[in-house]
Amino acid sequence: MSNQKLNIVDTTLRDGSHAVRHSFSVKQTSDIAARLEKCGLPIIEVSHGDGLGGSSYTYGFSKEDPFSLIEAAAKVVSRAKIAVLLLPGIGTISDMKHAKDCGASVVRVATHVTEADVSAQHINAAKQMGYMAVGFLMMVHMLEPEKIAEQAKKMESYGADYINLADSAGALLPDQVKARIEAVRAAVKIPVGFHAHNNLSLAVANSLSAIDAGASYIDATLRGLGAGAGNTQLEVLSGVLERKGIETGLDFYGLIDASEQVVAPIMLRPQVIDGGSLMLGYAGVYSSFLLHVYTAAEKFHLEPRDILVEVGKRKMIGGQEDLIIDVAYTLAKGKQRG
Amino acid sequence: MQQSGKIKVAVIGPGNIGSDLMYKILRSPVLEMALMTGIVESEGIRRAAGLGIPVSTEGVAAVVRNPEIKLAFDATSASAHEKFDAPALSKAGIVAIDLTPAAVGPYCVPCVNLEQLMHEPNVNMVTCGGQATIPIVHAVHSVAGVEYAEIVAAIASRSAGPGTRANMDEFTETTSRAIEVVGKAKKGKAIIVLNPAEPPINMTDTVMIRVSDTSVPFETIRDSILDIVSQVQLYVPGYRLRVPPQMDGDKVSVVVQVEGQGDFLPTFAGNLDIINAAAIATAERIARNMLKGGAKG
Repeated sequence: MSNQKLNIVDTTLRDGSHAVRHSFSVKQTSDIAARLEKCGLPIIEVSHGDGLGGSSYTYGFSKEDPFSLIEAAAKVVSRAKIAVLLLPGIGTISDMKHAKDCGASVVRVATHVTEADVSAQHINAAKQMGYMAVGFLMMVHMLEPEKIAEQAKKMESYGADYINLADSAGALLPDQVKARIEAVRAAVKIPVGFHAHNNLSLAVANSLSAIDAGASYIDATLRGLGAGAGNTQLEVLSGVLERKGIETGLDFYGLIDASEQVVAPIMLRPQVIDGGSLMLGYAGVYSSFLLHVYTAAEKFHLEPRDILVEVGKRKMIGGQEDLIIDVAYTLAKGKQRG
Repeated sequence: MQQSGKIKVAVIGPGNIGSDLMYKILRSPVLEMALMTGIVESEGIRRAAGLGIPVSTEGVAAVVRNPEIKLAFDATSASAHEKFDAPALSKAGIVAIDLTPAAVGPYCVPCVNLEQLMHEPNVNMVTCGGQATIPIVHAVHSVAGVEYAEIVAAIASRSAGPGTRANMDEFTETTSRAIEVVGKAKKGKAIIVLNPAEPPINMTDTVMIRVSDTSVPFETIRDSILDIVSQVQLYVPGYRLRVPPQMDGDKVSVVVQVEGQGDFLPTFAGNLDIINAAAIATAERIARNMLKGGAKG
């Protein structure tokens, strides 16, 4: 455990956006952000699930203008910082400027774990604009700890204020999380964070493992709302950390109430580990693919499981939701021939 | 028609793109590789010299000094093209085929608008993703109108050079604009994904279009797309439909793939192959016009 204060980063209004098919309204956003502020969250992330510019055919269109949601969240907070996510190749510097005008002050620049160098342009620009910039590496289960450390060092050199490792497929086991956090901590001088998915029912356990290894920023969402089987459940993590005697400054009861009263009523489906999300973790597939896979399975009369396994074989990475149709079409054609 | 000789051309920028262009020019019936020029001694310069091609490390200065050169490919960077190469070439009356995102001249997608650009002093080749997808957008536009067109270009990490990596916004912004300007979509959006999988993936592009006129039968839209695909194949042999046109309400989607010709870069680098093949097709068309004009005059 490091001496650094532990910061819990809420991403209900970003990763959670996947679980509601990007349908958050201005009112829902204000309500959730206001509760999170009251419960002591230092950073609240608000974006389309795939970040700025994510509203599209490929990732799903946002029901409301994503920038109006950032603005709505920024209006109801005073202490908390509003964060946005940006994937180079999807969002642009001009989107970052727009988000800044709407009240965002943290930008998390996310790349696939081997592609950190595509973030240089955006991290540089973020620092020039006065943003707190986070280097966010996705799909960290796909690379060995030492190699992840090299990528993290690149992001540090571009000016990142902390490095966040994302287990985007929810595929890591606690000891693998520990090895990755330790390797990155040894390589960089800036703090390190962790973002879990619950596909193997290990999100809270993996978050604890990250904290033990010295992570000082942990992502979580109310009700666990998020892609795949969801993220680390914020109210659970808060209770667990209290039991462990780790100071978070969060209001445990307040979070339980927010989850029950504000988030539960707007959920489209229960955030459970169904067969599909279990397969994500097992096969190491990007969690945001899940709902797109269900849609494609229905259209082409296939088992979601078969599509997921093929997606894993093709080593498709975050952002390649468009090719789920290609996989489904190819599988369906193969079935017709057989 | 009888063609007398070839048009002498230069390549500025002896990197991956420039070297691949060189091999394509060496195969051309109407273009003659008269100069490879860079600003430092490099592997690309040595490679060209090894093939007996005149070389220089004086950049664009060496091009404009040679009165026989009529056409130059610029494979440097947007800022070099804008600040140095474009003004120098323009002054010397040499046609510039710009492969950088500078876009000093109009965007050129050969099967869509080359015929209108024959007398332009400077044409821009958009991006690899633009060359692969804008023909499809335009094909749909010509029969049903396009409200919105979105493309996703997936390319192998190993085929994305440091220039692309350091400036992802140039790709997304240039491609989106060209989808509107050349493809005629009312609104365009471009996304790029670098995939590090080994063995490397072929370049794959998905095109998703919201049509304006939903009364147009799907067969009409599909035939228009199939027709343009065969036109692109005339100058990009590795271009093919991976998933044929699908229609879902007012949305048409297509997946195309480009396998490179393996001239200098491996075949998975279809992204570099298609922009180069489009640049060569453009240069050859302009060169044929010059040769015809010369015969007349």
